[in-house]
Amino acid sequence: MSEVILPTSEVIFTLDGVTVTAQSGQTVMEAAEAVGIYIPRLCHKEGLEPYGSCRVCTVTVNGRPASACTTPVADGIAVESESDQIRAWRRTVIEMLFVEGNHFCMFCEKSGNCELQALGYRMGIVAPRLPYLWPKRPVDASHPDVLIDHNRCILCARCVRTSRDVDGKQAFAFVGRGSRRHLAVNPGSRLCDTKLDVTDAAVDACPVGAILRKRRGFETPIGRRLYDHVPIGTGVEQPVELTIREGSPS
Amino acid sequence: MCEALGRAVREVCGALDNDPTRMVDIVRGVQQKMGCVNEEAIDAIAHWTGAQRVEVASVVDFYSFFSREKQGKVVIRLCDDIIDRFSGFAAVREAFESELGITLGQTTPDGLITLDRTPCIGMCDQAPAALINDVPVTHLSTDKARRIVRELRTHGDPKKLVKRVGDGNNAHPLIHSMVENNVRLEGPVIFTPERRGEAITKALAMTPAEVIRAIKTSRLRGRGGAGFPVGMKWEFARAARGERKLIFCNADEGEPGTFKDRVILTERADRVFAGMTIAAYAVGAREGIMYLRGEYAYLLAFLEAVLERRRKDGLLGHNIMGRHGFDFDVRIQLGAGSYVCGEETSLLSSCEGRPGEPKTRPPFPVQKGYLGCPSVVNNVETLACVTKILEEGAASFAAYGTQASSGTKLLSISGDCMRPGIYEVPMGIALREVLDLCGADEPSAVQIGGPSGRMVVAPDDFDRTICFDDLATGGAVMVFGPERDLLDVVAAFMDFFVEESCGYCTPCRVGNVLLRERLEVIRQGRGEPSDLKYLEELGAMIKATSRCGLGQMSPNPITTTLKSFRSIYEARVSPGAHGFRRSFDLEEAVAQAERIAGHESVHRQEVTHE
Ligand SMILES: Cc1cc2nc3c(=O)[nH]c(=O)nc-3n(C[C@H](O)[C@H](O)[C@H](O)COP(=O)(O)O)c2cc1C
Ligand code: SF4
Ligand code: SF4
Ligand code: FES
Ligand code: FES
Repeated sequence: MSEVILPTSEVIFTLDGVTVTAQSGQTVMEAAEAVGIYIPRLCHKEGLEPYGSCRVCTVTVNGRPASACTTPVADGIAVESESDQIRAWRRTVIEMLFVEGNHFCMFCEKSGNCELQALGYRMGIVAPRLPYLWPKRPVDASHPDVLIDHNRCILCARCVRTSRDVDGKQAFAFVGRGSRRHLAVNPGSRLCDTKLDVTDAAVDACPVGAILRKRRGFETPIGRRLYDHVPIGTGVEQPVELTIREGSPS
Repeated sequence: MCEALGRAVREVCGALDNDPTRMVDIVRGVQQKMGCVNEEAIDAIAHWTGAQRVEVASVVDFYSFFSREKQGKVVIRLCDDIIDRFSGFAAVREAFESELGITLGQTTPDGLITLDRTPCIGMCDQAPAALINDVPVTHLSTDKARRIVRELRTHGDPKKLVKRVGDGNNAHPLIHSMVENNVRLEGPVIFTPERRGEAITKALAMTPAEVIRAIKTSRLRGRGGAGFPVGMKWEFARAARGERKLIFCNADEGEPGTFKDRVILTERADRVFAGMTIAAYAVGAREGIMYLRGEYAYLLAFLEAVLERRRKDGLLGHNIMGRHGFDFDVRIQLGAGSYVCGEETSLLSSCEGRPGEPKTRPPFPVQKGYLGCPSVVNNVETLACVTKILEEGAASFAAYGTQASSGTKLLSISGDCMRPGIYEVPMGIALREVLDLCGADEPSAVQIGGPSGRMVVAPDDFDRTICFDDLATGGAVMVFGPERDLLDVVAAFMDFFVEESCGYCTPCRVGNVLLRERLEVIRQGRGEPSDLKYLEELGAMIKATSRCGLGQMSPNPITTTLKSFRSIYEARVSPGAHGFRRSFDLEEAVAQAERIAGHESVHRQEVTHE
């Protein structure tokens, strides 16, 4: 718990038994990524302040569960990421997100480019074992160029953080507590009341089909989309695989 | 904009320097004046404070005491926790409903009275209870409920409902409440008469490091539930970088079944403020905030007066007790109906004027807490213990209790026993002895530590002890007799967690809804044996993956009873015939499909036409 503010220094820890060298100040997710190990994630996006809400990136650190996107590396920690137990947890998180909203992938414009769907495939989810909650949620098509379909929102806050920290607009935020938590726009009550512009980074931040550009439907045909042929995470895993050093936990 | 509204908002914001970090107070003020915080009010608050509109809206929508819809001048909030449900809640509710001519959640047509419900208000030893605006009313009966409504209709003033005041300071003019302390057993630490100023004088005779050492020697651990060593926490905060450091007193007492902090604040507030002052000296803090749950707003004026007297006596403010350069003062932050705000980082968020969402850890509050400043959060009882340790010495405190759990513990006992109330017992006491003390003749189960804790079974667990290593509790002990259906208890607790989850992280927000759904299936007798495994696995997953303590504890009602009371589940589940799920209701499924489709199914038409 005590604070050590040191200049960046080398930190050595193990990830599923593999010794990883990282820089102090990095998160477990960043350090893993730097050596070509993909830890699944939804609410985290490179460049954004870690948020820790989806819990897809759950790992164990010295046996205790923690979110990899918010946990800083430390010398000598033993991180587990791909155990059967952890995979089962992550799979359940993804299933929870599916049943919490209304996700009809077969007629969603995001299908094939959607990170939620892609994680579902990566984890081998054919159909959720959890009961659907079928919430009633609105669609906001008031904006001339952008629409929000709340049925697909997974409350990841990527649009919230991007609009605030990248676009400097604070066009989105959450209101409501617990299962009533939902995305709201700012100011006003409809997307057209905000300063959001179709060129804003926030529009591209959404991992699912909740924020979509209008009049762009199926520009990229199904079959040629991001995750149609390679599972999500492949980009991280392939190019840098050689930098992993085998070794025993120190 | 309506003129009255504009003026009200301007006044409320102005009185708080248009400071957006005081948003919870601002919204509370507007709610009180206008009966709601509607869209217009939100706009106006954003205007005066310079906050984003949605930042205001998120505060309004997070706390259950705020509402966008207009509420009555008088709001009756019936405590609908399990203790109240077992002591006549349903009848009392009906009496209120019929006398008012409205149902729960509605407002009388004349706009005078709103009837609502709320989780535990900390009056479990005098249930059924309710809050009428800020005024607690206890020992409700159907007669009393009707009388209350009739009276309110004539004078509209909840304060006038107090005919007979309770014992001790409950009778103090600034409290003037019917609440009873019900202190049944006074121990040697919390309730001994206080010697004003002595503890601070003794602390000032030492260096801050020596004070921390004394706390460490006493082996005092946090009384709010988690049991973190207090001396260590202070040491981290002392070592943390930062000009501005703060001491927080956690008086949120939201865990259902816990009401001991209410009694400490009523009878020994000076001990608590002295503890904060000592912490400030040890850590190097100049500011303190007491986070008082909104349900205890009736204590606010009294506590403010205690603070004012301490300032006059030189125990707070500049150059405390003549020590040049030792400045410290305390303000009280009221909560507004949210259990998660008792979690220390949510508490800090709430004090910052934001929704009570936990913060990402690390950094820990002692490193970066309130507005990024090193912050110590300690429970009311913990701080009262600190004062005693300084008065009597660490060794005398450590002489009570056990090696790992020193000192005494206040228990708030409620439920099926003869003498519900407050007991100060040595740490390490056997549960059996506690049950004897409170006159629990026939307990079949005892919930230790509230919904977040665990259900223990009679008589197997009764030789276990109350301490950090065995049955840890923030103070709640709820006794259930043999006539109680424990699945009712479990269901009430799961309702509580669903209602109180902040909604930030997936497992807690969605998982608790799923747990409750399946529990309900089982309660209705439509469950299957495989549902028990489902509950166990889902519960374990939620505990492991949730972001804060609320989610990490929320499956406990189910997971602990599945362990110790499995038979109550097994008695209600059976395998489905022909491989069909028993929970599947064909009629309901068809009806649902019809509702979606907007017309009768062909199948049904055929059936009816046959
Ligand atoms: C959901 C939740 C609710 C909590 N509520 C309270 C509370 O009402 N009062 C309290 O003192 N601690 C509460 N805590 C514990 C605090 O987070 C924190 O540990 C405590 O205030 C630290 O003080 P202590 O070390 O003196 O106990 C709660 C924790 C969680 C996870
Ligand atoms: S709209 Fe998209 S980016 Fe924004 S919170 Fe919802 S899922 Fe996340
Ligand atoms: S566990 Fe998650 S959703 Fe639940 S209260 Fe904590 S942060 Fe909020
Ligand atoms: S990616 Fe870490 S919690 Fe969402
Ligand atoms: S006050 Fe009703 S259960 Fe605590």
